[in-house]
Amino acid sequence: MINRFGFRISPSSAVNLDKVDMERFATLCRIEPDAMRCIACGSCSATCPASRFSGMSVRKVLLCLQRGKENEALKMLNNCMLCGKCTMVCPRGINTRHLILSICRIYEKEARQ
Amino acid sequence: MREIILSGYSDFIIPFMIGMIFVLSWCGIGAVRIILQLTPADRKKFFLSLLNPKIMAKNVRDWFCDCLFHVKLWKRNKLLGYMHSSIAFGWFMLILIGHLEVMIYVPERVHRIWYPIFFRYFVAVTDSTMKGSFFFFLMDFFLLVVLSGIVLAMIKRVRSRFFGMRRTTRGSLTDLIGLYALWSIFPLRLLAEGFTADISGGSFLTKSLNSFMHLFYAGQMNVQPTWWAYSIALGVFMCILPFSRYMHIPAEILLIPMRNAGIDIRHPRKGFTKLQVYSCPGCGVCIDACPMGASRPNIKDTTVYLNRQIKRNNKRRIEEITDKCLLCGKCSAVCPVGVEGDKIRIAQRSIRQYKFSPDYSNIASVMSISEDNINVTSINKDVSNINNNKVIYFAGCMTMLTPAIHRSMTKILEKAGVDYTFMDKDGGICCGRPMLMAGRTEQAKQMVEMNTEIIRSSGAGILLLSCPICYRIFKEQYRLEGIRIMHHTEYIDMLVKEGHIRLDRQDMLLAYHDPCELGRGCGIYEAPRHLVSSVGRLAEAPKNGKESICCGGSLGSLTLSFDKRRAITVNALANLKECNPDAIVTACPLCRTTFNRYSDIPVNDIAELVDRNIIEEKHKIKIS
Repeated sequence: MINRFGFRISPSSAVNLDKVDMERFATLCRIEPDAMRCIACGSCSATCPASRFSGMSVRKVLLCLQRGKENEALKMLNNCMLCGKCTMVCPRGINTRHLILSICRIYEKEARQ
Repeated sequence: MREIILSGYSDFIIPFMIGMIFVLSWCGIGAVRIILQLTPADRKKFFLSLLNPKIMAKNVRDWFCDCLFHVKLWKRNKLLGYMHSSIAFGWFMLILIGHLEVMIYVPERVHRIWYPIFFRYFVAVTDSTMKGSFFFFLMDFFLLVVLSGIVLAMIKRVRSRFFGMRRTTRGSLTDLIGLYALWSIFPLRLLAEGFTADISGGSFLTKSLNSFMHLFYAGQMNVQPTWWAYSIALGVFMCILPFSRYMHIPAEILLIPMRNAGIDIRHPRKGFTKLQVYSCPGCGVCIDACPMGASRPNIKDTTVYLNRQIKRNNKRRIEEITDKCLLCGKCSAVCPVGVEGDKIRIAQRSIRQYKFSPDYSNIASVMSISEDNINVTSINKDVSNINNNKVIYFAGCMTMLTPAIHRSMTKILEKAGVDYTFMDKDGGICCGRPMLMAGRTEQAKQMVEMNTEIIRSSGAGILLLSCPICYRIFKEQYRLEGIRIMHHTEYIDMLVKEGHIRLDRQDMLLAYHDPCELGRGCGIYEAPRHLVSSVGRLAEAPKNGKESICCGGSLGSLTLSFDKRRAITVNALANLKECNPDAIVTACPLCRTTFNRYSDIPVNDIAELVDRNIIEEKHKIKIS
């Protein structure tokens, strides 16, 4: 009924950073200082072959992790094929492949949220 | 010959015997352990290969050529080859002739293993030796050969450049003890035999040393100490051998039959890997070969140091070294022993612990959409329904990033009138090689299976690839029986040879760069060279073919950062530009992108050059 008018009630997407455990992101930044060099230009998203399967984009993954939305990030990473295209196009020269591997080493599925 | 010591024993043999028993039992137990660590299938393969006369003949040949004559080192540098083969072959002949002497002159002592080593101490010369003209001469001759090798080895420690090596390995403590023990064995032997030469007989070397010595000393007081010293040097060398690089001497004897049996690296530490690690002689040939050597701090990350760290089980350094490597495979190509540095590294990466692993099972449903995109509507699962002339073109991730290559490829295919489908025109699945290089075999396998299904269902008889990275995994891991897997250099070369396209030859000097995965990885050297010389004049870089230098862009390295790769790329470019070419040609999209970043002359793919120089014909017969 509500949809008919173009409106619907969706769950709030607000992130309460006070409740987010940023410990793992801090670990990631320690191992990969490059993570903070991302300028979110989206070159990686544009070239990623996995983006059409899981919406993968290194830019978004970093953003999600920064905001504590770990499950969303891992859902995208689920189809990463490590092909290295994002590394090739990154204007900041970020070693995205190693960044992704480090995320896989630090984060677990069913993360505490 | 007459025995002068009736018991056939003297106390000084004790150090030698301790060393001998220790090293024999160590190597025996080690060999059994390595064979037990092989997978049952590999073990069966190994034992069956020992019964195969053809493989056995190859084993014998390799034992002589590799262990004794060091043929591969001779090919690298004559002096380096002489140094190694003089010590190895000379020592082998000393042992062999020593045994022959015992068998002929005192056959009742054959079962005493120290007898051939200290023969001259126990016997006195009689008429039966023809005044020492034959065996004694040979013994002295080979002792001289070994001594000349030792002198060269000493010079090499100081000036390795004379031997064609810019850098050599830094020895560990045990390596150095072993080295000095090895150096002292032969001069001490000469001295010991020199002191007894007036009783036991000798030839040009020992006899003249003996008369020279008699100018200063008289009597027998020096005999015992020198024989003791000789025995102690042997004992020390053999006791330190398992803990030093000299372990390669016994390990290589087992490595050769295993390699010829076709056994591969399966475990990061055990079995064949362990054997390869212990077969590493630490010669340091891989240090000069490694493209990472372009910047100094990387020298400690070459294969020879990896092997040392694996022996020490230093986990932190092993991880650091394996993750840095570009996996270009040059160390394996130049290794005189055949240690496969790249495969050992991939095996090390495979034991990394990940908390999260990608899974591609959701992709299959999505792929049916993309299959429509590539016009594979008539899915035929029947393998016999393959059209041999139909081509399925898989550009691969890296080629999609360099559209010039796949655009040129499709133009060439159209001009040649080939019936083809472009598999990943609207995006595809990665071939799996980058994932495999990161050591995540399970994930790579999933991609391999999905791609296999798509390719099989297309009904094409030829799988055409533009990227050597894809090409290698398609050749090695995919099960695509009945489908010819071709890199575009091979395929275009075939089109040219069969007359489907004609090329116009330009007056341009073109330097060809061998991509690692295409050259060393798959052994394709001729087809691209033939193509390059049919569109221009081919110039060969000083380091080419098997020894071409990695461009530095390789996906193999996990940790090398963007700016650290620069030195590698610049170094590789300098090698290619040595012959002043007008342009650089390569056959890999990744090499092309990497070189283009820093090159001041154009870098092209072969496909682009061919497309530019095709002579268009009016009437074309379709290949079908």
